Amino acid sequence: MRHIISILMENESGALSRVAGLFSARGYNIESLNVAPTEDETLSRMTIVTRGSEEVIEQIIKQLNKLVDVVKVVDLSEGRHIEREMMLVKVKAEGSWREEMKRMADIFRGRIIDVSDSTYTIELTGNVSKLDAFLEALDKTAILETVRTGASGIGRDDRILRV
Amino acid sequence: MEITGAEIVVRCLQEEGVEVVFGYPGGAVLNIYDEIYKQDKFQHVLVRHEQGAVHAADGYARASGRVGVALVTSGPGATNAVTGIATAYMDSIPMVVITGQVPTAAIGLDAFQEVDTVGITRPCVKHNFLVSDVKDLATTIKKAFYIAASGRPGPVVVDIPKDVTINKADFDYPAQVSMRSYNPVTKGHTGQIKRAVQMILGAKRPMIYTGGGVILSNAAEALTGLVKLLGFPCTSTLMGLGGYPANDSQFLGMLGMHGTFEANMAVQHSDVLIAIGARFDDRVIGNPEHFFQEDRKIIHIDIDPASIAKRVKVDVPIVGNVHDVLEEMVKLIQASHEKPDANALKTWWTQIELWRSRDCLKYDRDAEFIKPQFVLEKLYEITDGNAYVSSDVGQHQMWAAQFYKFDKPRRWINSGGLGTMGFGLPAAMGAQFIDRDATVACVTGEGSIQMNIQELATCKQYNLPLKIILLNNGYLGMVRQWQEFFYGNRYSESTMEFLPDFVKLAESYGHVGMRIDKPGDVEAALKQAFSPEMKDRLVFMDFRTDPTENVYPMVPSGKGLSEMLLV
Ligand SMILES: Cc1ncc(C[n+]2csc(CCOP(=O)(O)OP(=O)(O)O)c2C)c(N)n1
Repeated sequence: MRHIISILMENESGALSRVAGLFSARGYNIESLNVAPTEDETLSRMTIVTRGSEEVIEQIIKQLNKLVDVVKVVDLSEGRHIEREMMLVKVKAEGSWREEMKRMADIFRGRIIDVSDSTYTIELTGNVSKLDAFLEALDKTAILETVRTGASGIGRDDRILRV
Repeated sequence: MEITGAEIVVRCLQEEGVEVVFGYPGGAVLNIYDEIYKQDKFQHVLVRHEQGAVHAADGYARASGRVGVALVTSGPGATNAVTGIATAYMDSIPMVVITGQVPTAAIGLDAFQEVDTVGITRPCVKHNFLVSDVKDLATTIKKAFYIAASGRPGPVVVDIPKDVTINKADFDYPAQVSMRSYNPVTKGHTGQIKRAVQMILGAKRPMIYTGGGVILSNAAEALTGLVKLLGFPCTSTLMGLGGYPANDSQFLGMLGMHGTFEANMAVQHSDVLIAIGARFDDRVIGNPEHFFQEDRKIIHIDIDPASIAKRVKVDVPIVGNVHDVLEEMVKLIQASHEKPDANALKTWWTQIELWRSRDCLKYDRDAEFIKPQFVLEKLYEITDGNAYVSSDVGQHQMWAAQFYKFDKPRRWINSGGLGTMGFGLPAAMGAQFIDRDATVACVTGEGSIQMNIQELATCKQYNLPLKIILLNNGYLGMVRQWQEFFYGNRYSESTMEFLPDFVKLAESYGHVGMRIDKPGDVEAALKQAFSPEMKDRLVFMDFRTDPTENVYPMVPSGKGLSEMLLV
């Protein structure tokens, strides 16, 4: 099962490597990982997307909680939540591509944020499957470069993760 | 008044009430050593190898329950310490290791004697710190001691760049620290404890299985109270020995790969298994599938939530300090109207006695060679069971665990989790520092002892009158045993074709050496070594033991607990 785990941790050098090290040392899988400081600059928030059986996920949460730099951990997939990822895609925009790429970006509610004679750079935000679907829909030969942030997530309603 | 970082380090150790620091100097820690020179509140012990320093601090911690402290320099000093740190980590031993580091400005530039100590040690510490500002130094050291000793204990590394030891700050040692990200639990959940008590009182074939957590949480007395109150059988892991008196009839001996027949059978066939401060290690339950062929309920008490349900499914998990949970359990049981099922227990004990009568630890008492088991039996007798016994890793370790009947906690000092050869001698040194008059024996093999033999010099320098019991079988015995059983007697690289003359070696370090070849001489030699005349001397006893002896019972890896090889 796919799980999206949110972690609040001390914004200290080394905290990221403790989490990453834990995943590799114990053989847990990481599908994506992102991290940035929060409004409280002493805290960072990390989102990890992982897969595993219920037992493995339980161990992951417990092991994360054991890390001294980790303040709070929540498995967002346990309740209602919103998930978003941002992607930048550079595509060919020459000849007939030019119209086609603009149309595709519009359909997926992407924005063209950089333009050259031969390329467009499209910004697209959504859940992971929407981004996947966009890449699927594009002609492979048109894609020059993609970069994705990995998923971020937040609980719905008054599900709040803070200190 | 502002003082230097080096002074702060020394003052912090004093404030913590540290009595002894095991260490080895070098460039990055010279300022700290200069401050050590000027003080006399704690003793510094100069070992001969940094691994020895960390094992000594570890032995000190295991034997006393206090936080062990080691101090090493950057680079090779730190890397030499890593085996010791990992050893302590695997057995949850409270320890603070201070490592020197190159100056902050040089970090990352491949400076002389630079290694990323925080990176290298990260997977084998409870936590580690790189102190980059002298203002944080005192608080960081306070946190290190707090983290090492609380919750599930473990080693903490504090890496201090050289410039931080020169820079100055006001010294203010916090009386307490609190960390929002670190709040270990102690008390168990009362509802869960009640559920456990219900299950315990309803058991027909109960079994109590205890581990190192009993020792670490100083719960031996509470455990004994519980076992006596219930009349249940009890077994212990290698790490838990001494948590319950081994001479008591309710104790079935150690369980696991080299556990007794009765302990392993009783665990396998129990209907309620009460695991206390133990973690269902692979060497303990054997093949998990086989373990679960039998239907049983499991109660698991442990301070570390991550230890629960890691390897086995548990029916009643209780997260909490073993000592506190056991006390609460005893109270609840005493207050309960229900009593354990006496009839069922009687039948169960009859079965257990039948298993026990198999006498699984028997060995040939008329052999021509010295039997290692016999040496350990005599060691136990001659020391009245009162010695601190450290061991190395191999066959001798298992025999010591089987034949020395530990009836007090913190007397059995061995590397269970990591299985570190070379642990025994330095760990024994550490134990001796708790009580200079105590009897401390190190049971070792000719392979293991050579891994930190240099510490014989430290023993001389500090007059540590250890008694070294070398069970010399001329083989890396445990390796040879596996090769005999599972590799068609192909003894690949398990023979030590050259060995030093250990008697002369001991003498050259200024100690007493003895060589014992005949079974008839064992007792007299031990008596002499432990006699008042030798009280102040380290005695190195080279027992030439039966080279072909094997450790039984044995659960071959991949097999189930009840599939033991027996003599
Ligand atoms: C540092 C280290 N290296 C290798 C091993 C693997 N090993 C486990 S037991 C053993 C043999 C130990 O031989 P010895 O110390 O002579 O003890 P004996 O088994 O003969 O009693 C070895 C090599 C280990 N445990 N630790």
